Amino acid sequence: MPGTVQSIERAAAILRMLAGGPGKLSLAEIARSLDLAKPTVHGILRTLQGVGFVEQDRVSGHYQLGAALLHLGTSYLDINELRSRSINWADPLAARSGEAVRIGTVLEGRVLVVHHVFRPDDTFQTLDIGTLMPLHATALGKVLLAYRSAALPPARDPFTHRTLTGERDLSAELTHVRDAGWAADIEEFTVGEAAIAAPIRGYGGLVVGAMGISGLVERICDSRYRPHARLVGIVRDAARAVSRDLGATR
Amino acid sequence: MTLGSRDRYVIAIDQGTTSTRCIVFDRRGQLVSLAQQEHKQYYPRPGWVEHDAMEIWRNVERLAPLALRRAGITLDQVAAVGIANQRETTVVWDRRTGVPIGRALVWQDTRTDALVTALLAKPGATAVQERSALPLATYFSGPRLRWMLDHTPGLQQRAERGEILFGTMETWLIWNLTGGLHVTDVTNASRTNLLDVHTLDWSPESLTFFGIPRAMLPEVRPSVSVFGTAAAAFPGVQIAAALGDQQAALFGQTCFTPGEAKCTYGTGSFLLLNTGTDLVRSQNGLLSTVAYQVAGSPAQYALEGSIAITGSLVQWFRDQLELIASAPEIETLARTVKDNGGCYIVPAFSGLYAPHWRSEARGVIVGLTSYITKGHLARAVLEATAWQTREVVDAMNESSGLTLKTLKVDGGMTADNLLMQYVADVLDVPVVRPLASETVSLGAAYAAGLAVGYWPDLEDLRHNWHRAGQWLPAMDAGLRAAEYGNWRRAVERTFDWIQPAG
Repeated sequence: MPGTVQSIERAAAILRMLAGGPGKLSLAEIARSLDLAKPTVHGILRTLQGVGFVEQDRVSGHYQLGAALLHLGTSYLDINELRSRSINWADPLAARSGEAVRIGTVLEGRVLVVHHVFRPDDTFQTLDIGTLMPLHATALGKVLLAYRSAALPPARDPFTHRTLTGERDLSAELTHVRDAGWAADIEEFTVGEAAIAAPIRGYGGLVVGAMGISGLVERICDSRYRPHARLVGIVRDAARAVSRDLGATR
Repeated sequence: MTLGSRDRYVIAIDQGTTSTRCIVFDRRGQLVSLAQQEHKQYYPRPGWVEHDAMEIWRNVERLAPLALRRAGITLDQVAAVGIANQRETTVVWDRRTGVPIGRALVWQDTRTDALVTALLAKPGATAVQERSALPLATYFSGPRLRWMLDHTPGLQQRAERGEILFGTMETWLIWNLTGGLHVTDVTNASRTNLLDVHTLDWSPESLTFFGIPRAMLPEVRPSVSVFGTAAAAFPGVQIAAALGDQQAALFGQTCFTPGEAKCTYGTGSFLLLNTGTDLVRSQNGLLSTVAYQVAGSPAQYALEGSIAITGSLVQWFRDQLELIASAPEIETLARTVKDNGGCYIVPAFSGLYAPHWRSEARGVIVGLTSYITKGHLARAVLEATAWQTREVVDAMNESSGLTLKTLKVDGGMTADNLLMQYVADVLDVPVVRPLASETVSLGAAYAAGLAVGYWPDLEDLRHNWHRAGQWLPAMDAGLRAAEYGNWRRAVERTFDWIQPAG
């Protein structure tokens, strides 16, 4: 067994103290109880605060457990929070690409659409926030599968003759997605339509959602039936911008 | 993103209540870069809110090069600068040194409470309200200026000698940008109680009523016109528009036709309805205001319904009740239940604004039973914003004789899908969100670009407007009527809570 990391052990001790204690604790109390120097404890607390595991009272300056700890294990990011934080980047993506934008997360083995921006051509379109899409047949779903070690959904319906349903084909595709950093679906869900998606990352780089565009295959793809590099670039830029706002690179 | 080196852009300065932003827009009205800086809020006493006007100007100076750098452009690529500003905030400064006299009194400041009561008792008060098409209220800048003249020794005399200047935020910024041009625009001037809304100039009678010397007032100009050329912050660039922020949002939403309306959902919410060249006087609690004026054309007017507490009710739910950790989670919590369970929250925290204007009202939560959960409360919080919108829309339809057919929305709360659906349900009209959430800045940019010919006409601006989302009404008419009835009964229960002293 490799050696242990001292600062993580200390962080764990601080969290145990905060969880066991009666309410909020001051920096001095924590440092005294653990027999550590105050700057050491302060550094650890600041880091824990940064990832949301610890909160500091605005008035007293005392520390307590943070809300993010309560959601640990569900890798939780509130879907309405995700929409709210991405709306300023989803709009420019729709404007620049000329296509509809969707943001998705995983819900019970499917993609849940949490945000949808219309294709900016003022045609009649319907908001499909709250609808579910298959993981294996959509660009959004492939991104979510590729970055989540979640098992492939057992039932993989063929929506078109191009839908990847075989386990080996899909695994190879997901490896490719991880390598490239983005996914596409080209007439795999709906004939005549294609989509591009990229991961949205939260704290520590954890993928919390996927963001992408979809539209007619002749607009999304070039003459060789491959997604336009320009569109891939702006989708990835937009997803990175949201990730930055969510604290992915700190 | 690659930008052609010859491309030209328009810049908006959005001088808001909590921050100042410089935003670069391209020809399609898309945001290219943004630089933002918050400024300090001073609360010296309960009900007093102040800003340091010099700090705000320094922020503009700092943000200007930052916005250009982030866009990767140079000054010669800037076609024009437009200003949108927090309205009714009052600044007074020394004409010679340019130094503000004390802090700016912010629109939320209610220190003129007693002064307004005294003014209302004075002869001529009715005529002042008639000419300005505004009630005499602490909300507007005229009483604030009177208060400053009363409470700064020697200021009245210095003002009469022309040594002291008054302005709202756009006037202060243009003065500093141009190095000494003292001007305002019709929309900001229409929020002072001092403007004659028909002549669009200061009313001599109203100035006499307030005892305010004409010498300290800026010249009133159309909103969409070249005010002058900047000497600082954007040296050499034309300042080509100024609008109050809510009027700028109306312009940014391209509501150029009578009957078009927008609602900006923020801390409070502001619904403005374009009434064209007719000034419509409301008998039911709406404000008549100038929407905009293009140089050489008649002014366009608007009816305005101001709702004090909308987004701030969600903030209260988060910070004071601590039932959610972040504002967007209100929707998650509200979705844990299928309806309000019979519970209604009327957030009359500091009285009710439009259409009731009841300053003695205070908030209520009604319909509480042991069945009610925090999910029902969350629903009631969101529904309060929708029903308050409905009350304002009803008053608008009644006052204007126009019937609202679609509501264009913007602001932070439009990210709340449940709320937007509920607004569509209770209004029974489609609610649409444009592909540009920064409508205040966009409106200032549009107005400035229009003034210098960057965009040829209003029609061209309309082509930039695209629908990003739409919510269609889906509520049963019977349910809507029943819920509205309940809401109105809840509102009645807020009245007469604060008892007159003595």
